[in-house]
Amino acid sequence: MAGGQVTLLDFWPSPFGMRVRLALAEKGVKYEYREEDLWNKSALLLQMNPVNKQIPVLVHDGKPVCESLIIVQYIDEVWKDSAPLLPSDPYQRAQARFWADFVDKKIYDLGRKIWTKKGEEQETAKKDFIDSLKLMEGELGDKPYFGGETIGYVDIALVPFYSWFYAYETIGNFNIEAECPKLIAYCKRCLQKETVSKALEDPQKVYDFVLILMKKFGI
Amino acid sequence: MARSDVKLIGAWASPFVMRARIALNIKSVGYEFLEETLGSKSQLLLESNPVHKKIPVMIHDGKAICESLVIVEYIDEVWSSGPTILPSDPYDRALARFWAAYLDEKWFPTMRSIATAKEEEAPKALIEQVGEGVMMLEDAFSRCSKGKGFFGGDQIGYLDIAFGSFLGRLRAIEKMNGVKLIDETKTPSLLKWATSFSSHPAVKDVLPETEKLVELAKVLAKFRAASSNS
Repeated sequence: MAGGQVTLLDFWPSPFGMRVRLALAEKGVKYEYREEDLWNKSALLLQMNPVNKQIPVLVHDGKPVCESLIIVQYIDEVWKDSAPLLPSDPYQRAQARFWADFVDKKIYDLGRKIWTKKGEEQETAKKDFIDSLKLMEGELGDKPYFGGETIGYVDIALVPFYSWFYAYETIGNFNIEAECPKLIAYCKRCLQKETVSKALEDPQKVYDFVLILMKKFGI
Repeated sequence: MARSDVKLIGAWASPFVMRARIALNIKSVGYEFLEETLGSKSQLLLESNPVHKKIPVMIHDGKAICESLVIVEYIDEVWSSGPTILPSDPYDRALARFWAAYLDEKWFPTMRSIATAKEEEAPKALIEQVGEGVMMLEDAFSRCSKGKGFFGGDQIGYLDIAFGSFLGRLRAIEKMNGVKLIDETKTPSLLKWATSFSSHPAVKDVLPETEKLVELAKVLAKFRAASSNS
């Protein structure tokens, strides 16, 4: 049931956390944001997500929901009277789920390789990353958003990664906009929405954070 | 039998393909099964799943749906008058989806790597990890089933399909390695569930025989050994 106590266990640079922040904002849901220190996880996080011990975790009336896309679907189903995130047609829904899954399978892993690997591995990751974004450009077509006229499930799955593009580009030494101008135009269009600009983190801040991570992991 | 133009591109041994078949059977939807040949991909498969080039692919009235769990949800939504597959409560749905995601993203990759593990002790450690995962599913069973016979309650549902589709493979691993991953002491609920699930009318004709999977595993192992030696 909509309403009730909503808490989000999150970590500010996480694109997965940003997805949930964005979904909650689109639905106009009031919630308590709790910042987790991933190197010193709270007892609450370990209790709420004992299997993966990861953020984001949405705690609704004391019950945890884990995995960002599962949380986004949960939010869509509980707060069903405003801003539907998934289309109503089953085939369109299947397409939305497919592409959100594609973002999970490709964008995150390849992006991660770009800043954690060097040499051949990094070059391959960059190429595959661009190819994946081009596939998404094809899927977007002429629509303003993946969700059509309004932001939807796939937009929520993808656009938080835009916060990380500057870090990928600077560390990987390549230009995403040059290869995928349509996708960058799309991201900027999304950012014009207040819900998106508030949910996404400043790319410079994210880049500075990644540098700290690289030092920590000796990359 | 509901009349509709449904094709399913798949293979008898694939747990992911099995999920789509069980879902269609639950809804009593007739379909044409297009079996892929091991080691090659048909033109139809490459055209209908250009992104991943993987089975299963469901083709409904000419439109392709890919990814096994996406297919299962699609089937549940299209044939909405049949027995329901996803739970109706949003929290129960989130829980079922969580465990299915765990199985696909963490548990199955571990299980799959047993066959290709190179070092001496690696299969043993991997089998242990798989066993730990099964114990977690035993725990999840009590939460999801709410005292009934299936993860979905009285009827088989999403998580029964997601996990049950791995039963053939699990039994093959048990046989080939002389271990028990589902048994009376460690996983009593799952032991009962496995029997009920395997004999369910929507499942029994599409669950691959353990012996056939063991044979296939041996064939694949020989093939891998041959190609690494060449």
